[in-house]
Amino acid sequence: MSFLTLTGVRKAFGANTVVRDFNLSVERGEFVTFLGPSGCGKTTTLRIVAGFEAPSAGEIRISGQDVTHLRANKRAIGMVFQSYALFPNMTVAANIGFGLKVARKSPADIKSRVDEMLALIKLPQLAGRYPYQLSGGQQQRVSLARALAPSPQILLLDEPLSALDARIRVSLREEIRSLQRSLGITTIFVTHDQEEALSMSDRVVVMNEGAIEQVGSPSEIYNAPRTRFVASFVGTLNLLNGKIVDASVGAIDIDGQRATTRRKLNGAKPGDILPLALRPEALRLGEGGDDRNTLAGVIEDVAFLGAVVRVRVRLQEAAVIIDMFNTGGPDLPARGAPITVNFSRDDLIPLQAH
Amino acid sequence: MKSGKLGAWLAMFLGVAYFLAPLIATFEFSLRMRRGEYSFDAYRVVLASADFHDSFLYSTVLGLLTIVVGILIVVPTAYWVQLRLPKLRGLVEFITLLPLVIPAIVLVFGYVRLYGSSSILPLTATSLGADALLMFGYVGLGLPYMYRSVETALRSIDVRTLTEAAESQGAGIWTILVHIILPNIRSGILSGAFLTFAIVIGEFTFASLLDRPAFGPYLQLIGANRAYEPSALAIIAFALTWACMGLIQLVGSGIRIPVGKR
Repeated sequence: MSFLTLTGVRKAFGANTVVRDFNLSVERGEFVTFLGPSGCGKTTTLRIVAGFEAPSAGEIRISGQDVTHLRANKRAIGMVFQSYALFPNMTVAANIGFGLKVARKSPADIKSRVDEMLALIKLPQLAGRYPYQLSGGQQQRVSLARALAPSPQILLLDEPLSALDARIRVSLREEIRSLQRSLGITTIFVTHDQEEALSMSDRVVVMNEGAIEQVGSPSEIYNAPRTRFVASFVGTLNLLNGKIVDASVGAIDIDGQRATTRRKLNGAKPGDILPLALRPEALRLGEGGDDRNTLAGVIEDVAFLGAVVRVRVRLQEAAVIIDMFNTGGPDLPARGAPITVNFSRDDLIPLQAH
Repeated sequence: MKSGKLGAWLAMFLGVAYFLAPLIATFEFSLRMRRGEYSFDAYRVVLASADFHDSFLYSTVLGLLTIVVGILIVVPTAYWVQLRLPKLRGLVEFITLLPLVIPAIVLVFGYVRLYGSSSILPLTATSLGADALLMFGYVGLGLPYMYRSVETALRSIDVRTLTEAAESQGAGIWTILVHIILPNIRSGILSGAFLTFAIVIGEFTFASLLDRPAFGPYLQLIGANRAYEPSALAIIAFALTWACMGLIQLVGSGIRIPVGKR
C-alpha cells in the first residue's frame, strides 16, 4: 500500500475549479515534485495535503488513515514555505524547538533535538540569532530544520528556493535532496522551475490547469513527454507537425520530407496530422547514417551561448533549433548556407493530439 | 525659496503658539496660589488630597481592566477577520468606529436604560455592577483606537503564513495567538492600550452619569469649586496624557525588544 494517496481530489473556489480529478500515490521515502506554471493548482494541492485547504471532493490517506478532514495541526506534516515564515519573535533555537514545545517534550529533549537539527543544517553558531539577523538562505535552512524537528510523517516544500538568488538555490537544493535521502522522509516539493524538478525528484508530477498532465521519473518526463504541454514546459523543444504516412513502420512526413520514428503511433491513420517533439540536443548537423533521419534546410540564425552554440535551421514552413556543444573550433556555421540535419529515430517523439 | 521657508517657520510658530500659549498660561496661573510669589502650593494641595488619590487609583484600575478586556475582545476578532473573514473587514471597521460617531451621552443613557435597576440585568443596582458597566463602556469608547492599532500591527506581519507555519508544528489556535501573534503585534497592542488609558483617565460623561468616583468627575468638581487647583490638575492630566503618547512613540518607532529570548 502506498504511504500517501490522493484519490479523486477536487478543489473549487466558487465556480472556479483549481484542482480537478487529482489521483496520486506516493511511496514512503519518495521525493515527488509538483511541477507546473503559476495557477496550475500545484500549491493548492500541496495545501490540501497539509490540511490548510479542505478538498471539495476526494480523499487523502496517509499510511492508510483517512486524513481528509483532519485538522492541519493533527497531521504530523512538516512544511517549508516560500517566505520562510520563521516566527520573528523567536530565536533560531526557539523556532526549531517550537513544535517540540507544543508537543510538550522535556526541555532536555528539546535542547538535544534542536542541537541535532542545527548541526544537520550546519548552523550551530546561529542558535541565539533572530530571523531578521539571518540571510535568506540561512532563514530557509532554519525553516527546514524547524519542519524536520518534530519528525513529521511527510515533508512539504512550497517553492522553498524561489526567493533565493541563483547560487544559493543550487547549493540549497542539493542540501535538501541530500537531507531527504539521509532521513528517508517522504517529501512533496512544489516548483515552477523544471531544472529543480528534474534534478531533485524521484518522480515529477507535471500539472496544467488543475489537472495532472503526466507523472513519471525525470528521465521519462524529459525524454518521453506525453503531451505538447509537458514537452514544451520541460526543457527547450522543437514542436513540429507531422503527417502520418504509414503508422505501422513509423513513417511520417515533416514539411514535405520523410522521417521515421521508432516510437508507437497508436491508432494513427495515414493523413492524420500529429504533433511531434524533437529535443534541440538530439539534432546534429550534416548527413546521418542509414538508421538516422535526415532533413534538409537553410541556416537561419546562429547564436553563441558559451558552452552551447544554438543554430536555427529553416526547413520549409517549420524551423528547428539545434544545440551543439562549443568544441572550441574557430568556425561557426554561416547564416544562409544550405545544411542537412540528422537525428535518431528514437528522438522523434509523437505527442497526444490534444 | 526664502519666502517659502519664512512662511513655513511662521506657520510653525503660529501652530506652536496656538497650543502652548494656553498651556503656559494655565501653568503660570497654577503657580499663583501664594499671593505675590510663584509656588507649587496648588500641586501640593492636589497631591495631598485623599479624593485625588482615590479617584486617580479608581480610574487607573478601571483603565487597566479596560485595556485587558479590550485586548481580549479586539485581538482575537481582528486576527480572525484578517485570517478567515477578510470580507467582513469593512463591517467590523464600521462597528468599531461607532463610538466616535455616537456621543457618549447617548451611549450612557442607552446603558442606563438597558442595565438600570428595573431591567433584566440591573447592573446599576450595585456598586460592583456599575463599575463593570463603566468598564465595558470604556471598552466601547476605546474600541476605535484599540482595533485600529491592533489591525495595523496585524497587517504588518504575514498572519496567514505564520499561522499555517505554527499549525504545521502542531499548534492549536490559542497557542498560535499567545505565542506567535501577540508577541508580534505587541507595539500595536501597546499603542491601543496607552490611547485607551489616556481616554479613561480623563473621561467624565460615563463616570458622572453612572455616579462612579472616577478621576474625570473629580476634575470637574475641583474645577467648579476651586481657583488654582484645577489648573494644577489640568497640567497633571496633560503630563499623564503626553507620557502615554511618548510611550506610544517609543514603542511604535520600531525599537526592537526581542521576546522569547533564552
